[in-house]
Amino acid sequence: MKIGVFVCHCGENIGRTVNCPEVSKACASFPGVVHSEDYKYMCSDPGQNLIKQAIREKHLDAVVVGSCSPHMHEKTFRKACASAGINSYMVEIANLREHCSWIHEDIAEATKKAIDLMRFAVERVKFNHPLQTIKVPVTKRSLVIGGGISGIQAALDIANAGFEVVLVEKEPSIGGHMSQLSETFPTLDCSQCILTPRMVEVYQHPKIKLLSYSEVENVEGFIGNFKVTIRRKAKSVKEELCTGCGLCAEKCPIKKKALSEFDEGLSNRSAIYVPFPQAVPNVPVIDRSVCTYFKTGKCEMCKKVCGREAIDFTQQDTFVTEDVGSIIVATGYKLYSIEKKPEESIYKGYGEYGYGKYKNVINGLQFERIASASGPTSGEILRPSDKTEPKKIVFIQCVGSRDESKGFSYCSKICCMYTAKHAMLYKHKVHDGEAYVFYMDIRSGGKNYEEFVRRAIEEDHVNYIRGRVSKIYEEDGKLIVKGEDTLAGLPVVIEADLVVLATAMIAQQEAPKLAQTLNISYDKYGYFQEAHPKLRPVETNTGGVFLAGACHSPRDIPESVAMASAAAAKSLVLFGADMLEREPIIAKVDESTCAGCFYCQKVCAYNAIEKKEIRDRQGNLKKVVAFVNSGLCQGCGTCNATCPSKSIELIGFNDDQIFAQINAFAEV
Amino acid sequence: MEEKFEPKIAAFVCNWCTYTGADLAGTSRLKQEANARLIRVPCTGRIDPVFIIKAFENGADGVLISGCHPGDCHYNAGNFHARRRWILFKNLLDFIGIDSSRLYFSWVSASEGKKWVDIVDGVIDAVRIKGPFKQYKKMNKEIEIPVAVEEGVSVK
Amino acid sequence: MKLGYYPGCSLNGTAKEFNSSLKEVFSTLDIDLEELNDWSCCGATSAHVTSHLLSVALPARNLMLAKKQGFEDLLAPCAACYSRLVSSQRELKLDEKMRMEVEDILEEKITNGLHIINLIQIFQKIGLDKLKEKKLVDISKIKAACYYGCLLVRPVDIALPDDMESPDSMESIIKAVGGKTVDWNFKTECCGAAHSIAHTDIVEKLCKGIIDNAEKHGADVIIVACPMCHSNLDMRQLNIMKHFEGHKPIPILYLSQLIGLVLGIDEKKLGLGAHYINTKPLLDKIKGADIPKSVPIEKLQKGVEA
Repeated sequence: MKIGVFVCHCGENIGRTVNCPEVSKACASFPGVVHSEDYKYMCSDPGQNLIKQAIREKHLDAVVVGSCSPHMHEKTFRKACASAGINSYMVEIANLREHCSWIHEDIAEATKKAIDLMRFAVERVKFNHPLQTIKVPVTKRSLVIGGGISGIQAALDIANAGFEVVLVEKEPSIGGHMSQLSETFPTLDCSQCILTPRMVEVYQHPKIKLLSYSEVENVEGFIGNFKVTIRRKAKSVKEELCTGCGLCAEKCPIKKKALSEFDEGLSNRSAIYVPFPQAVPNVPVIDRSVCTYFKTGKCEMCKKVCGREAIDFTQQDTFVTEDVGSIIVATGYKLYSIEKKPEESIYKGYGEYGYGKYKNVINGLQFERIASASGPTSGEILRPSDKTEPKKIVFIQCVGSRDESKGFSYCSKICCMYTAKHAMLYKHKVHDGEAYVFYMDIRSGGKNYEEFVRRAIEEDHVNYIRGRVSKIYEEDGKLIVKGEDTLAGLPVVIEADLVVLATAMIAQQEAPKLAQTLNISYDKYGYFQEAHPKLRPVETNTGGVFLAGACHSPRDIPESVAMASAAAAKSLVLFGADMLEREPIIAKVDESTCAGCFYCQKVCAYNAIEKKEIRDRQGNLKKVVAFVNSGLCQGCGTCNATCPSKSIELIGFNDDQIFAQINAFAEV
Repeated sequence: MEEKFEPKIAAFVCNWCTYTGADLAGTSRLKQEANARLIRVPCTGRIDPVFIIKAFENGADGVLISGCHPGDCHYNAGNFHARRRWILFKNLLDFIGIDSSRLYFSWVSASEGKKWVDIVDGVIDAVRIKGPFKQYKKMNKEIEIPVAVEEGVSVK
Repeated sequence: MKLGYYPGCSLNGTAKEFNSSLKEVFSTLDIDLEELNDWSCCGATSAHVTSHLLSVALPARNLMLAKKQGFEDLLAPCAACYSRLVSSQRELKLDEKMRMEVEDILEEKITNGLHIINLIQIFQKIGLDKLKEKKLVDISKIKAACYYGCLLVRPVDIALPDDMESPDSMESIIKAVGGKTVDWNFKTECCGAAHSIAHTDIVEKLCKGIIDNAEKHGADVIIVACPMCHSNLDMRQLNIMKHFEGHKPIPILYLSQLIGLVLGIDEKKLGLGAHYINTKPLLDKIKGADIPKSVPIEKLQKGVEA
């Protein structure tokens, strides 16, 4: 093997503390090295030409460059070598800058170390093999999990670009939390008015396959080639026959037994129901836990009144599988339920605020329903206990957020804004009412956000009190709110008619389970983890799986929409090519020695090890060996270190290469 | 006259956290002693215990292993496997005649350049106090293990 | 069961009836209370505002005495003593520097492993079933408001394992022996505690709020487990009656006194005559219920003319 060595001075960066000509001279004497030189800037055009020239003239098989960190210019030198005709994986970099010249002062010591590092690289490159990048085909179809505003946006973006989308929603209707909101900040435009057209667009889009009342059960495969199993929960209604006339729900005798999820428990719903009138799809489902028929075998009222014979009590959950190339996770958030918790619960709850004990202590989403024209009070501000108009209302921010002792240390981000909105909506509807807001800090970063909060304070005369509430209790139909005004340094007692708690946004309960299914990571709160907080905010550590919206962290509508479009764009980038290219640093099994113990399978974090049957010509099973799925393998090499018979090697970092470096240590 | 002892340290570091952390130490011009030689692996999970034995056999006076913090592994779980492996392996080292206190572990993330420098200097100082590692090398010479890998080099 | 007993100063002074009722109850339940020999001040209220070291060292001395005298459990019925003892124990465990300083003062090595228990915990430890078994008197005619005050449930991670904002462990004990409790709003409100001497006006105002809320929710009696709570609520009620027109007095009983009544112990022995607020009406109300023959009704009436 003919090896060429090139030592870069990096201007003075390396040259100042490392005697580069001496390094080059020393390298020339290493066995196998046929060419060695040093140059001021190896990464520059003339520098690269020196390498190319040497490759051509001396017919080099491999190249070692002593330069900056491989994270910096490995690609540059690989490309240069490839253009001169040697395989780009026959190039090794010795890090003479970050790991040597920049961190040492003594020239003799640094030069000696540089020579050692070069020797390591030269010994290693002797065991390099030409490699080709791996090409995998792409299924140009996307799965979107969650049909809230993020999922809707992502699905529409991808579908409008001409690619098919499967949209999975666990509830009977898409729309998510946004469909529950009354108005949106900072413009106070009606949430449903801007959302429902989008929902209909999803339903009618020829490229979008909407699977409502469904959940992702299993995911197999890898970037560009996922196979997803989806559970379609039994609706007890034949979707293809139902016209959405609503007669069944109207006639259902169960009217008061179930609380409406859509109205956050402030109203009741029937056993057969559509969550709300604008639901998409407008197909009812039967809640079997309350339905009389499923309990006693009698009733069948809905079946009797349905002219289309769409009711089917015998329906079972079914499973469908979909092939997709990318997955967008947009499963959203839920609210921290802050009632007093049992002793064993990990979250303490706020017993002192009396949520769950007093009817007139409600959370933010419940207030949205009360303020919403489609809500249980048709938009009139009436308190739940006696349906009277509250004249004094207290809003408490940061309930569960920014509170390590009873909730979560993070900021839920949207509460400052929606509380200002709530107070405003209240003042617009109850002119003689008084609104108080207890806050810790007002965090109103965002376009027109600060102005919005100022408007609530200055124009709508909402009383902002900086401090926390220690206790709420009910006396004679009034809620006594005890708190502290930290700016005035005084205790505050307010006799309120209604208290609205801005409770923390938290991750969905099933998020960790879904993360395991998708093989993505999640943080200690259950929020999904991005691949890089700055530069890869919508990607996950698993290729082809992207994040959108509040399943990643608390965020408002515009941010969720932006993130959804970003995730869609990332999917479309994937679909831009027919084949995916990736580094060939993956594990490979030597089938002749593999004993089939599958220790490698146990340690693989990517489920990349499969079982492969070896058969003779007659088709008799000879043995079962490990097989690496090159699409899934990410190249960590844990299997290589684990294999008892050394039958699996990590290409590019195999034992020979590393032992060569270790053996070179003898001459240090 | 005996020369002043300067320890040789072999450091196996993962590509994503510690190697990058060491890069950061370089970019920040954080000075450190020149006794350590880094060997880059993709992940601490890739490190076979035999690497460590071989490093001692080839003259290392101390071996340092460093990767991503537990829970931050670029490959999700490689460092967990590595950690489990070391817990078992450390006991075995003593058994085969290598002083296990010459083996060091640390977690250094890509942003902990300063921590890396402190660790490297700390290990070098500690090994300097321990003195050269002779026992195994002597044993090695006595039984004359042929260095198989060198034979395997085929110079075309 | 050998149980170490740390009465503290209050139980030898203002809260003598707390002391006597406890001893009566435990002898009825066949539990030996062995008073800690040579015990000293826990440092409550004054030590921790003067010197932090002193506030740790004073309880530490008593903790070590208990260890040396072979106790595994130490009952500290006073909420302030309890709080000081557990706080000190925790700090000695977590803060090595502090431990060494205190060891220096005490001139001995500090060891861990003592269980400090308060009044509520001891009843839980004895077992609610056992209390039920020994029940002689029915108290279902009266309604009790359980008042926890500040020190029983705070700080949250070292005090009684209960919800510090709305605790209910005392209620569960009373319910277990057939009593009724009210759901009220001032269970953990401040009684003015340490201002008892210096700022009686503040104390009166705070106590008035507590008592009013208990009465509003239909309580016949307020049950406490802290001598400070008791003296503030009971003694200050005389002045409250002077300063607030129309104040309806309400008797304040220690949890041990109420349990004593349930166990059929003579109210004189329980010290029910030692209160400022007459407990007779309360006893009359209890008496209205069926009382087993083993306890003569007349006995309940004696010695309650406060």
